[in-house]
Amino acid sequence: MRLVKQAIERDGSGTITLFPEDPEDMWFTYNLIRPSDLLRASALRRITTESATGSTSSTRVHINLLIRVEKLDFDTQSSQLHVSGRIIEETKYTKVGQWHTLDLELNRNFTLEKKDGWDSVARNLVKEACDPAKQADVWAVIMQEGLAHLAVLTGQRTVLRQKVETTVPKKRGTGKQGDHDKALEKFFQTTLDTLLRHIDLSANLPILLASPGFVAQAFLKFILETATRTGNKSLMGQKGNFVVVHAASGYLHSLNEVLQSPEVLARLKDTKYARETKLMDTFMNLLYKDDGRAAYGPREVEQAVEKGAVGRGGGILLICDSLFRAQDVGTRRRWVGLVDRVRETEGGEVRVLSGTHESGKQLEGLGGIAAMLTFPLEYLDGEDEVEDEIALSNGNTAGEKT
Amino acid sequence: MSRHKLVKALDLDEELDDFDGGADSDYGEEVGAEDKEHLRLGTAKVRDVLGPEVSITDREIEDSLWHYYYDVDKTTPKKARKQKVNSDVNKSDDFFRDSPWLNIPEDRRGEILIEPLYPRGRLMGGSSKSDGAPKSKLAALAAARKKKENQRAEDGQNATNSVALLDKLSGKPRQGKPDCASDISSPKPLIAITEQTMNEQPRKYPRRKSKGLKSPQDDQPAKEAFKKSDSLASPDVDKQPEITPAADPSVFAQTIFAAPAVSQQHDLQTSDRYVLGPDTYAEFDFAGPSPDDVVTKAQNTKRPTQKPVKQPPQPSSGDESVNAIFQGVGVVAIEEPKVKGKNLDVMAEFERSKPKNAANFVVIGHVDAGKSTLMGRLLYDLKVVDQRTLDKYRKEAERIGKASFALAWVLDQGTEERSRGVTIDIAMNKFETESTSFTILDAPGHRDFIPNMIAGASQADFAVLVIDASTGNFESGLKGQTKEHALLVRSMGVQRIVIAVNKLDTIQWSQDRFDEISQQVSAFLTTAGFLAKNLALVPCAGLTGDNIVRKAEDPQASWYTGAPLISLLESSEPVTRALEKPLRMTVDDIFRGGVQNPLSISGRLDAGNVQIGDTVVIMPASQTASIKGLEVDSEPSDWAVAGQNVILHLADIEAKYLKSGDVVCPPAVPIQCVTSFTVKILAFEHITPMHCEVHKGRLHAPGRVTKLVAQLDKASGAAVKGKKPRLIKPGSVARVHVEVDDPIPLEQGGRVILRAGGETIGAGLVE
Repeated sequence: MRLVKQAIERDGSGTITLFPEDPEDMWFTYNLIRPSDLLRASALRRITTESATGSTSSTRVHINLLIRVEKLDFDTQSSQLHVSGRIIEETKYTKVGQWHTLDLELNRNFTLEKKDGWDSVARNLVKEACDPAKQADVWAVIMQEGLAHLAVLTGQRTVLRQKVETTVPKKRGTGKQGDHDKALEKFFQTTLDTLLRHIDLSANLPILLASPGFVAQAFLKFILETATRTGNKSLMGQKGNFVVVHAASGYLHSLNEVLQSPEVLARLKDTKYARETKLMDTFMNLLYKDDGRAAYGPREVEQAVEKGAVGRGGGILLICDSLFRAQDVGTRRRWVGLVDRVRETEGGEVRVLSGTHESGKQLEGLGGIAAMLTFPLEYLDGEDEVEDEIALSNGNTAGEKT
Repeated sequence: MSRHKLVKALDLDEELDDFDGGADSDYGEEVGAEDKEHLRLGTAKVRDVLGPEVSITDREIEDSLWHYYYDVDKTTPKKARKQKVNSDVNKSDDFFRDSPWLNIPEDRRGEILIEPLYPRGRLMGGSSKSDGAPKSKLAALAAARKKKENQRAEDGQNATNSVALLDKLSGKPRQGKPDCASDISSPKPLIAITEQTMNEQPRKYPRRKSKGLKSPQDDQPAKEAFKKSDSLASPDVDKQPEITPAADPSVFAQTIFAAPAVSQQHDLQTSDRYVLGPDTYAEFDFAGPSPDDVVTKAQNTKRPTQKPVKQPPQPSSGDESVNAIFQGVGVVAIEEPKVKGKNLDVMAEFERSKPKNAANFVVIGHVDAGKSTLMGRLLYDLKVVDQRTLDKYRKEAERIGKASFALAWVLDQGTEERSRGVTIDIAMNKFETESTSFTILDAPGHRDFIPNMIAGASQADFAVLVIDASTGNFESGLKGQTKEHALLVRSMGVQRIVIAVNKLDTIQWSQDRFDEISQQVSAFLTTAGFLAKNLALVPCAGLTGDNIVRKAEDPQASWYTGAPLISLLESSEPVTRALEKPLRMTVDDIFRGGVQNPLSISGRLDAGNVQIGDTVVIMPASQTASIKGLEVDSEPSDWAVAGQNVILHLADIEAKYLKSGDVVCPPAVPIQCVTSFTVKILAFEHITPMHCEVHKGRLHAPGRVTKLVAQLDKASGAAVKGKKPRLIKPGSVARVHVEVDDPIPLEQGGRVILRAGGETIGAGLVE
């Protein structure tokens, strides 16, 4: 993303013109644009004219439209962003109040004006998006016998590209082992075919093969054997890019473990997802210590911030970017206010985690927000939350069954 | 009345034949030398005239010559005609086909009556013109039949056959008319006899002449005559097999045995059918089951739940009935379901079979504790695995430098397992002792394969915990999978655990070490929830086989006086099973059961029973399948009940609908599939709202703990009052809410394991 023009006043009002360069920028844009913002972008609009005789003709025209955003739609697989809203500026072809859906395109400028001004989170996002240091994508194949998840990790997101599932018979008595081995080979073949369909080998990206047990190793062996057998030079050339890692299971959430493994960290130390994963891990460990220095959940964290526990000297606020995508302006303002307070008033650190990465999902599970506190706080999450379920479940006295 | 008529009415043939039998010698004496010479010459002449193809004995010719007083001309036609008569009368066999033995309908009696008279008249009268005379309906019929018969028969009827037929004919009067026979027993020329008979039956002569067979005044004697022949037929039936033993069953026999009930219903149409009969009638040879049996069998094999198949109407005659039955059978076969069940009362069958105690046990323990080797040794010592196989394994294991793994190879059949020397998946093996039949579920010890171990443990009745006694390994095991496995099996409902302290041979059977281990393990297991009385410890050595099937031979091990491992296994109490509950079976594996069974599933019946022919529903795919084959412990069976390890061969379902971990249930009471559920859980690790995998037997699904509902009191199970827990600590009990991405089959009371990051975070009961 390139920042073409920035005209932000002191009060936060103003416009920013951006030039998206790669699909990843669309994700930034998706996080940047909120409903009721003003967006100016080039559009292709079909104009229908009616002649005096009543015959109609329609033409497509390229025009610059200014719309007030009502709805955003992001296609994760193709990284396309569709923004629909009402036209608020009359042009030669359109009237005010007509609907239009802008399909934001790569390499075309768009100008955004925030209705409520540019808050800190939005400005940081622009800054981050325009960081010229590009982060390489990483492919990951998380697998177990009969199940594989193919995902691509970009700086901002983890995108599941394909899930492969085949039935692999278990080992049976003597002489029937062939079925298992054959099925396993077929599973490998399917996974490899799927991988080659999605991946651009010329990009020379690292490919993580992760699995419990020996599946990933066997898969790598299979890949190299296949490459040799079929004389696939481009696949052979990837030999150095494969990294075999241990994972607890073949499910996507095992990526967390994968990204923390020494093999991966050695290669991808400074990537955003590796940092985020590390951060989440640190938080979870703090939580498990249960010394009151970890807080999660909106109410708990807000209370902690109020008490000044997320401040200088190690206070870190973890917040998931999905919270800022709230449709409700008030909700967004609440989180932005919290972030601003931690950052500016308290002097703590704020980390915005991508909700599509596994670490972000982990955070989402905790309510989307968590904090590492500078001093222990007991009995957070006041008495206002009455737990009806507890009263209800008192009748269940089946004794210890587990 | 002319006397000639009387003569004509007389059954001369019968008289003659009787005479032959009765008074041969007398007759011979009467013939003088001159007569003999005449007879010889006459016979020669007659033979010339008749030609070689006519098979008649000299005696007959001589008789005729005697009768006609050496008139060769007259004799010849008589003989020739007699032959004809033979074949005609022979037809009467066919005629009786499908007619009832008794209660003959009026109309048929009348028609049948005529036949014996007809040829006789011709014989007696010597009228060669009879062929040209107008024929009665019956005569025409007989002629037509004869023609047909001739066409069918081989050219040149062989002599023995005709003689036999002749005998057959002659047999009738001999037995049936003793009065006549005695009358003519005196040695007289035939003419005298004829005259005598004429006197007796004076009225029959003119009838023959007129050939008005059905004139009203004829009815009475005709019926009488028929009655006579009727009674005569009986000995014929008895006699026939003697005469032509190699022949087909007689038509009479066929008529009598084929459809006696049917023949009661004869009506006017029978004669028409009779005409058509021989060509259309499909002969029933009694070789197979009777048509009725076929129908009955088809009816019996039908399942009662099926819509009753329309019974083919009881046919009124043979050909129709046979066809209808075949059609009926065809209909039955079409409407039958693809898989025929025996519709057994499985519970009754189970009670009757008086099964041996059956027990599944899972072998658990830390990686490299020697689980597979111990079990391999057990199977080898019990002669389940023969020496040859083991030698083969030993040789192969040595080749890849893993000689000590030979015993483990008995269970580790996988290529990967062998090359790496580690169990990856559950191995199932069966062995029997005198009292119990056991199924070993050899679990992998490696932490990566705990999902497989869970699958095995979910099928187990009790557990064998193998502990590596060697220095350091016990300690690391207790922190590792020894602990995790023990907790897992306990939370999956296993009550009883046998602890095999293994590899004692490596520490010189140190009793101190054993006691130390026993103490620690017992303490740990007791805190894990096992009752002390359900724990049994045995020191053993898997590699050498000490204290496994036999007592340890090592003198250093003499301090142990208890029973070897096998006895401890046998002391397991039989487990009661939920036989009456609806069928539940978790699919363990989906595979190709062979050429006949392209799709088979294996697993253990958790509840209920199943039999061949049942229709089941596979959840969560909600696809029905029918069971076309069933194996219990690899032996074909018709049914299976809860607790048994079965293989179901499925039909009417595609493999894509099946996943391991699916649940097989009856269509009437399918298991519910849920995407979110509340579970009372014992935490192994810290639990926060987090991602996890939900395991239940073979089933595993990605999910999340979405909400920590309440912390529960460990003793009472009541919720701890106060605020909502923000973290569940290891060892505590809590109620949590879990969501999964895709619906999974889960019932209340089901035991689930939650795992995250390769560790078991908790195990609990679905509420």
